[in-house]
Amino acid sequence: MSLWIWNLIEALLIIGMAPFTATLVKRLKARLQNRRGPPLLQGYRNLAKLFIKQPVLASQASWLFRAAPYVIFAATSLAAAIMPVILVATPLTSAADIIALVALLALARFFTALGAMDVGTAFGGMGASREMTFAALTEPALLMSIFVLSMVAHSTNMTAMIDIVLNTGLGLRPSLAFALAALGLVTIAETGRIPVDNPATHLELTMVHEAMILEYSGRYLALIEWANQIKLLLFATLILNLFFPWGMAGSPDPLYMVIAAVAWFGKLLVLFVLLALFETWMAKMRIFRVPEYLGLAFLLAILGMLTHYILEVGV
Amino acid sequence: MFWALSAPSLALAAFVSGISLFGSHDIQRRVVCLLLVLSGMSAVIAGLAGLLASPITATLPIGLPWLPMHIRLDGLAGFFLLVIGLLVSAVSLYSMGYMRQLAARFNVTTLYVFMPLFVTGMLGVVIADDAYSFMIFWELMSVASYFLVTLDHEQDANRKAGFLYLLMAHLGGLLILGSFAVLYATSGSFEFDVMHNAVLTPTWASLSFILALCGFGMKAGLIPFHAWLPEAHPVAPSNASALMSGIMIKVAIFGFLRVVWDLVGLEHAAWWWGGLVLTAGSSSAVGGVLLALQQHDLKRLLAYHSVENIGIIAIGLGLGMIFAYYDYPTLAALGLVAALYHTLNHALFKGLLFMGAGAVLHSAHSRNMEQLGGLIQRMPRTAVLFLIGCISISALPPFNGFVSEWLTFQAALMAPQLKGTILAALIPFSAAMLALAGALAAACFVKVFGIVFQGSPRSQGAAEAHEVDGWMQLGMAIPAVLCLLLGVLPVWMIPLIDAVPDILVNATLGESVANSGWLWLTPIAEARASYSPIIVLLALLLAGGVFLFIQYRGAVKRRTAPWNCGYSYPNTRMQYTATSFSQPLRRIFANLYQTQDKLLRTEHGNTLLTKKIHYQVHVQDLIWRYFYLPIRQTIEWLTRQVDWLHEQQIHGYLTFTFITLLILLGMLL
Amino acid sequence: MQVTLLQQWVGVAAAMMLLVVFALLAQRHMHALLRWFALQGIVLALTSALVANVADVPELYISAILALILKGVLLPWMLWRIVINLGMHREVEPLVNVSVTLLIGAALVLFSFYVSLPIEKLSQLVTRNTIAIALACVLLSMLMMITRRKAITQVVGFLAMENALFFTATSTTYGMPLLVEIGVAFDVLIAALVFGLFFFQIRKTFDSLNLEDLEDRQ
Repeated sequence: MSLWIWNLIEALLIIGMAPFTATLVKRLKARLQNRRGPPLLQGYRNLAKLFIKQPVLASQASWLFRAAPYVIFAATSLAAAIMPVILVATPLTSAADIIALVALLALARFFTALGAMDVGTAFGGMGASREMTFAALTEPALLMSIFVLSMVAHSTNMTAMIDIVLNTGLGLRPSLAFALAALGLVTIAETGRIPVDNPATHLELTMVHEAMILEYSGRYLALIEWANQIKLLLFATLILNLFFPWGMAGSPDPLYMVIAAVAWFGKLLVLFVLLALFETWMAKMRIFRVPEYLGLAFLLAILGMLTHYILEVGV
Repeated sequence: MFWALSAPSLALAAFVSGISLFGSHDIQRRVVCLLLVLSGMSAVIAGLAGLLASPITATLPIGLPWLPMHIRLDGLAGFFLLVIGLLVSAVSLYSMGYMRQLAARFNVTTLYVFMPLFVTGMLGVVIADDAYSFMIFWELMSVASYFLVTLDHEQDANRKAGFLYLLMAHLGGLLILGSFAVLYATSGSFEFDVMHNAVLTPTWASLSFILALCGFGMKAGLIPFHAWLPEAHPVAPSNASALMSGIMIKVAIFGFLRVVWDLVGLEHAAWWWGGLVLTAGSSSAVGGVLLALQQHDLKRLLAYHSVENIGIIAIGLGLGMIFAYYDYPTLAALGLVAALYHTLNHALFKGLLFMGAGAVLHSAHSRNMEQLGGLIQRMPRTAVLFLIGCISISALPPFNGFVSEWLTFQAALMAPQLKGTILAALIPFSAAMLALAGALAAACFVKVFGIVFQGSPRSQGAAEAHEVDGWMQLGMAIPAVLCLLLGVLPVWMIPLIDAVPDILVNATLGESVANSGWLWLTPIAEARASYSPIIVLLALLLAGGVFLFIQYRGAVKRRTAPWNCGYSYPNTRMQYTATSFSQPLRRIFANLYQTQDKLLRTEHGNTLLTKKIHYQVHVQDLIWRYFYLPIRQTIEWLTRQVDWLHEQQIHGYLTFTFITLLILLGMLL
Repeated sequence: MQVTLLQQWVGVAAAMMLLVVFALLAQRHMHALLRWFALQGIVLALTSALVANVADVPELYISAILALILKGVLLPWMLWRIVINLGMHREVEPLVNVSVTLLIGAALVLFSFYVSLPIEKLSQLVTRNTIAIALACVLLSMLMMITRRKAITQVVGFLAMENALFFTATSTTYGMPLLVEIGVAFDVLIAALVFGLFFFQIRKTFDSLNLEDLEDRQ
């Protein structure tokens, strides 16, 4: 029973820290661009402001427009709850494995796109069209890199995957390196960062995600923004815990958990610095270069799978 | 056995009443649909009996004196009876309302006569136990559906579609007959029992397999034999399309399982059988969905999606065959169960989607998505049911499409067990193609639901649409509820269909699936993978519910014009259309589509003063162009060579007769 | 170092080699192409040194140094000078577009895996796992020669193929006899010099190094 409670606490931790980490990335980027950036608690203040404000709906918006933010938030937070953060073995990892996690994020994206199409504006259609296209190209790369991991671990259960990396030591596996590279490229595409999408833009030429949520306001917008921040933290934790899980607690012993929490935060900091550097260094790609970028991710994932068979499974 | 026989008998009764009661349309409609519903329900009961009890066979004294009709009710037949029965009941309830408005435009007696015959044919194929009755019922099914397809025969295009359909159905039937002929030659009898026990040489087995794959593939719509699907399904009335797409192509899957897995037997399989099926399945999955994305005719789009889903089923079957060849019966059972589960799911959600398309067609008088829109306000309940169908087919939790795709992925992930073979490296490619197909399907159904139901109406017909009547809603609600149930309770469903893998590969998944209790789905072992749809559903409801609770105490909403980034109120012409939604994919996959587009501007004498712009884009099916057209041209060339035979005068024909007589006399003596 | 750790490093080097060959296939800019080619030479040198350490074959150390100097530094530098003097900085789109080329490349890797399975089963060497990758690199370099339009990128493909053959030799038979290697290495050097001379002549006569312009049009 207590494991369920720890799982709940982990989920609340991710959900609660998401606005903070999103603002952290913004601040790091601002520093790199010689600005000061927003104060670290600004994310919470923005969400609180949006929750209080009166939502304004278009007159032809249907019930689906109003229901979509709840579904998006529910699916994304469930995906966050499935991901082990501090404890290696949480009960929800048996309820939904990594394929189900990808599918839950797909559910959230499906409803975002439907919400975008609901009002009948050109922005919504454009955002939905582009987002679903890129998602379709991301899925094979994402699932293929996950398959490399699950072939190494002989399981799609995330606890098992983390266990394998923890227990088999610092083995040099090129397949995992390729899978990590592919997953990194896919993360940038899925969370809508530069060079795929600009999270700070308000120009339609460069919009993908922003175009879909253009019509939302008030608490609906708050839920969707929050879900987006959770998604960024979720992907970061996914990469860190699947490929660099050292420090995670094997059992709910308070000392181990504190160490694991500190380790997690430290690793996140490193990852976010790298992310900020990457976003500042690269410019946004033309929309029709994104399929090439995703093709590169798919190729890396395939190379990972092939080198797994050729070099590691052997004869 | 009684139930197994009552199902087709009730269907035949419906046929008879269809013929006889043409006096009053109302009574005819009620009686025929009621009898079909009863037929469907008895098929469901028979199916459950077949799955749970041991196999029964019987011989009926119908047919030729030395070829009586044998029937068998075992697990495989039972499962497909279940599939057929569920959808037939739902569609018949739907037809109660649908036929009423169809009667206004067409002579529906044709429907009342041929739909029961169609159902009888399908039921007969499933319970047949010898090749003769199998073929008779198969042909009955094909011919009856031809008449359903050409209901609206006034239009030239519809007649052509019907002709293509009939041609390919018969070609497929010939190939299947060839496969049975090989089996008859090696076993000496038409009965399935004898065929099952016969020993085949590898060449004969492979020949039978190829003929069966091509024949049943033609009926199921595997690439490259899929050309008839997108032509025939749109022109048929929607309840017929639902039956054809939902069940008829599944009967082809049944035929494949019966002939190749049961009669030929996987012990005769060569190493490349599974790989061929897997390749055909992967290309169908990706090709079907890519072509579906570019359609703007709602029913044609759904037909191409049927091609895609048959591809997914074939992937599961191919995986099963590969694992069976390398002697892993449990994994083969996993692949088979994934394919069977997807068969059931597809029947349900495709039937639901076609019924919804029929409802839209009836209300808004158009199948062209470019003329629909905003129907969620005018047809709210149909919209909800259609949305359930869209979510299910996009393989999203907690509905049923996700469960079967998850099972297929788990089967594909077992590939590393095949150490040291090239197949172990090929199977993940198929899994990647499956992932691509699934994501593209989600994109396509965002397009479908978004363009058809959301936004604002693009034509007068859409603006004046009305909600459909109770019967049609009930007919759609049944598959929708089943979609949710099958998504949440796979742990009960999979042990139920255990009889099928037991017969075909001598392995069952029942114990391992329910190993950890009713809450967790663990196909092979708990350490390997597990999924608990109930927990997922509850967690989703909980997370959403918390915030809904907050909403009740939140600020009141205000309605006004859309923000639209500050631009003025959008009119219906400013929305995205079906063609524009799929433009990015059209551009990315331009090589596969070979798009041809045309842009015409009408101007007021100067390029700056444009009056009207007409943009037309045409997407080709490359398989039609490079596979079917050359075949047609070859046949035309061949017939032209033989033309001279038809252009003789009296002397010529007398000479032919004389020569034939000489030859026959020569042969006799 | 223990044998298994070294084996893993050899595997990593093989994976890097494969990645570099794919990168060569996908490059469009001439300068980037030459940089990846130089990297290939360096990886080759590292692999030879590793195998020398694992299998205890000291000759391979000399091969490694040779590879580093010739293939990692000298050849790329010569090609660089040719490219700068000819003034070509950009390659046109290859014959089939990049995505299709990469997919064909992946299929070639699978094919070489299939072909080398029986060889891998028989081999007793420490590096037997990398035979498939070495063969794949050879095939991919040949693919690069086929799908390019400018003559100079074909030459780079040829040199990459030579590198891949060297790599194959290292993984299947622990390198070739040293005499053969030195001979081959100097042959390649002379070939590069000759190519350079020829390119200038061709350019002077035809005003272009594009293969389509050099073909006889009818």
